[in-house]
Amino acid sequence: MLNHELLIAILLLSPVVGFLLNGLRFRSKNYMLAGSIATAAVVVSFVCSVLLFLQLLDADAEHRRLAVSFFEWIAVDKFKINAGFVVDQISVIMILIITGVGSLIHLFSIGYMHHDKGVTKYFAYLNLFIFNMLILVLGDSLLTMFVGWEGVGLCSYLLIGFWFTDSAKAAAGMKAFVTNRIGDAAFIIGMFVLFVTFGTLNMHELNALAPTVLDSSWMGAVTIGTMLLFIGATGKSAQIPLYVWLPDAMAGPTPVSALIHAATMVTAGVYMIVRLDPIFIMAPNTMMVIAIVGASTAVLAATIGLTQFDIKKVLAYSTVSQLGYMFLAVGVGAFGAGMFHLMTHAFFKALMFLGSGSVIHGMHEEQDIRKMGGLKKYMPITHFTFLLGWLAIIGMPPFAGFFSKDEILWQAFSSPRGHWLLWLAGVLGAVLTAFYMTRLMALTFWGKSRIDKSVHPHESGLSMTIPLMVLALLSVIGGWIGIPHVIGSALGNIPNMWEHWLEPLITKIPAVAGEGVEHGDSSLEIILMVVSVVLAGLSAISAYVMYTKKEGSSAKVAKAFGPAYELVNKKYLVDEAYFAGIINPLVNLSRNLWYYIDVNFIDKATFKIADVANGGGSFVKALQNGNMQQYAMYIGVGVVVVLSFVLMR
Amino acid sequence: MILSGLIFLPLLFALIITVWPQRNTVRHIALGLSVIEFVISLAMLQKFDPASSALQMVEKTTWIERFGISYFVGIDGISLMLVMLTTFLVPIIILASWNSIDKKIKGFHAALFILQTAMLGSFLAMDAILFYTFWELSLIPMYFIVGIWGGARRIYATIKFFIYTMAGSVLMLLAIIFMMRLTPEVTGGQISASLLDFYKLRIPFIAGEFFTAQTLLFFAFALAFAIKVPIFPLHTWLPDAHVEAPTPGSVILAGVMLKMGTYCFLRWVIPLFPEATEHYSWIFMAVGVIGIVYGALVAMVQPDVKKLVAYSSVSHMGYIIVGLFAMNAYGVNGALYQMLNHGISTGALFLLIGMIYERTHSREISKYGGLASALPIFTIIFVIVTMSSIAVPMTNGFIGEFLILLGSYQYSPWVASIAVSGVVLGAAYMLWMVKRIFFGPAGEIVKHAAHDKEHALHDLSVRELVVLAPLIVLIFWMGLFPNHFMDYSKASVDHLIKNKMGYSLVLTGEGK
Repeated sequence: MLNHELLIAILLLSPVVGFLLNGLRFRSKNYMLAGSIATAAVVVSFVCSVLLFLQLLDADAEHRRLAVSFFEWIAVDKFKINAGFVVDQISVIMILIITGVGSLIHLFSIGYMHHDKGVTKYFAYLNLFIFNMLILVLGDSLLTMFVGWEGVGLCSYLLIGFWFTDSAKAAAGMKAFVTNRIGDAAFIIGMFVLFVTFGTLNMHELNALAPTVLDSSWMGAVTIGTMLLFIGATGKSAQIPLYVWLPDAMAGPTPVSALIHAATMVTAGVYMIVRLDPIFIMAPNTMMVIAIVGASTAVLAATIGLTQFDIKKVLAYSTVSQLGYMFLAVGVGAFGAGMFHLMTHAFFKALMFLGSGSVIHGMHEEQDIRKMGGLKKYMPITHFTFLLGWLAIIGMPPFAGFFSKDEILWQAFSSPRGHWLLWLAGVLGAVLTAFYMTRLMALTFWGKSRIDKSVHPHESGLSMTIPLMVLALLSVIGGWIGIPHVIGSALGNIPNMWEHWLEPLITKIPAVAGEGVEHGDSSLEIILMVVSVVLAGLSAISAYVMYTKKEGSSAKVAKAFGPAYELVNKKYLVDEAYFAGIINPLVNLSRNLWYYIDVNFIDKATFKIADVANGGGSFVKALQNGNMQQYAMYIGVGVVVVLSFVLMR
Repeated sequence: MILSGLIFLPLLFALIITVWPQRNTVRHIALGLSVIEFVISLAMLQKFDPASSALQMVEKTTWIERFGISYFVGIDGISLMLVMLTTFLVPIIILASWNSIDKKIKGFHAALFILQTAMLGSFLAMDAILFYTFWELSLIPMYFIVGIWGGARRIYATIKFFIYTMAGSVLMLLAIIFMMRLTPEVTGGQISASLLDFYKLRIPFIAGEFFTAQTLLFFAFALAFAIKVPIFPLHTWLPDAHVEAPTPGSVILAGVMLKMGTYCFLRWVIPLFPEATEHYSWIFMAVGVIGIVYGALVAMVQPDVKKLVAYSSVSHMGYIIVGLFAMNAYGVNGALYQMLNHGISTGALFLLIGMIYERTHSREISKYGGLASALPIFTIIFVIVTMSSIAVPMTNGFIGEFLILLGSYQYSPWVASIAVSGVVLGAAYMLWMVKRIFFGPAGEIVKHAAHDKEHALHDLSVRELVVLAPLIVLIFWMGLFPNHFMDYSKASVDHLIKNKMGYSLVLTGEGK
């Protein structure tokens, strides 16, 4: 068996090779060659990930940590950072998702992008993204993670603005980068706080040094440090208040939305918190903020999702909402559940984005679901796989989303850091999700066709449908490795493999007497589970009826809500508020600074000073005659005069 | 002799250029000579001992005995990389100006070589008067480069540049002379202009009282260097000088001349006036941070792309000042690194802007748009350099900026919290500019070029790629393996930080 250092090196470098091979011949329009190179590069990485996973399985539970350090990157005084990478129980899940789902999405892209002029460049960017994403999850210190963190942001920028001749798309890329940078700035300061407090940024060491005493203040170093890191996460993982870039990011090619803006990059914030769980646990105030922000984002984004008509925008808001669930999970200390939902979401959301890509492809670039309907009969594979994804996301048992979402809801209720309000928000989110996803299904695939006569929808080719089928399978069975104890024991001792696998790395919330619900309270767990599933099911059925059986009823409902509907439809005018409240004033301020301070104050003042000092400006005037020799002479004379005066006395 | 060789060979080159008989081979000769100079500096780098904080390869001979002025040069980790940057950039500049400088070719190259002598002399001189001579000498060729080969408002710009810098220099000269008069205390009666003797002076400092020797001297020096850097609010000469300067002038100005200011803070201000530096560091922290934010904001609204980059320099130089006055290992190492980074990435930006200006004769951002479709390779390189400028990890800019921020955090979390806004604003103004120039539908210029065969836009030529390639390589090399560069300066910086109260340098080399 290959040693792990070599495997990690190949894992990381294979996408770089792919990037260079495609990047250096970026003008080529040979989509088969470019796609094959890029896909092969990621498949190689996937194979390495699987081999590393097998090595971890071989090791005993306490020693499941394969570390490698390639070279010393930065070393100044006490600040030392290695180009070091770690594969352990958590990061191995991430690399399997990134390279596994990544491979499928690369494959899908061959079909999806085959007519595009920039296809080789596209694949180069995609490989570069995989490389950066791997650095993000494997980095052994916060700073190496940050390298990937910014790197994926860069790739996201390049891919969102991939069709750069469209000004709006280029602007969306820029918006993504700059919004992310706001989070990154906080992340940087957060790193400083932790470095000054603990003297290291190595995550293994940080976790070992994590204090044993809760920092229950608001201004303590641990609270501030973790809070700043979380602000970084709100940028990358699109949470309130920095989520605004993600819906716009749908300007990029659809497979990019699947890979970057659903399955991998946007989950980085959740992953980062899970990595540092021993420290986050010690900052209950940060955790509380995370849970509240997560729950609010889950509900807010879901409401916007109810009113959108762009197939990708619905999925985008759904992603924001689902990410909110993951933050809700980590916020109440259910790190394992957060990671679990991260994985199942990667499966079903990648599936649905690729499915929407297949729809858009089959509909000749149409994205408006009002112009679809009845696609079921034209695109049977896309429909069926999408259907499975739909069942997963609305949390119907036994599809993947059910297990992870249920785990989060139960933890939100029962954890010592949980609260019934958080649970309620989660259930509300689930109900809304069931509604808008069913609406999406109904308007796209079911009901009467509203397709324009000039459009002839068709099913996509194999390179696109195979990834759909694989992801659909994963969306069905992906949740079975984390079956809750209550169900597992009822069905005859099915173990929760997920929990078991992560156990050595997941810190438990220190129990506080009198708070939270005893974990053994299985009847309550089952009741809550049934409540949320039934409510979501009812919501889905009503959406089904509303959008397939009683056409026009949706418009009536929208009308009934009046201005409230308008507000939600316009995304609560958050973008407009940011422009009016921050961006425009800043640009105006800058113009004024330039005009009033630079041009009209400093410059005028300096010339005034020169004037006064030299008797009415004759000096300036004399200088401005452009006679160079004269000036050279001034210097000479000046030097001599001053020297002789002072030195010879 | 290697340092003297480095300093004065360009002067000899200037002479060769002026008397060279064939006009059409002047460029080739100049390029060859500048490469020779770079190779010599590489040899010097080989000889340099990075583990030592001593002043190395010292040469010292009496110059004007009566005033204790000597020809005294030496190199340490603080000046080494800046010397390398200077010798590295000159051949690039000569190759870059191959087509754009088309009048008075001899004069241009002679001025460039004289400037190189002056810049290297300023970095290497260890005698105050020798230093002052080189410092002032650097102004004259720059004055001509802007004034003769510059744009429409070149005379205004070059005089503004001159007045500002001279105003500072006069104060500095007075301060130098004052300090020379103090030296008999430490040399046993002999007046001296040696910087090492200056280091021995313990100039009295009284906290809070402005009119004391150390405080006044500190501000006299600091003001001269602050103008050169330039630090807010003394920066307004820079945008004008940059806009009017020809491309090679802008590159030298941004790449090296601004660093003369920041370098001198390390060589002169901090070790000479440690108490005053510490006491008044908050002022420099404040103007540094203001510079970061102000430069970035004003850069954002510039209609002229060259002016935008000039204001971005103000912002970046603000970072360097913050790093220097944090006075800890992170800040100072980061600042020194950022000096190189800024030379490379801003130098590259000016080169790129020059290249596009040669094609379109416009720098107005609003006239562009959609350039990426017309010039794909140019666009790729421009975006790479942009990433370096906004400090994306794995490029050189990140290392410097991160260390500076870390240093400033150690100085005060508040300073770091404000300074870090530059991370956001930098991305905003650079990417917005990139978007308006390269992306979107074809703008006026691109449309015009598409219709007009004569003015069709050609992507980068081989010569231009050769100009840019070393810079691109350095951007990644310095970003991925910063130790390859920083290891040369760590010992000296460490020595300075640890011994700033009572700084002295050990000498090695011929003249010790």
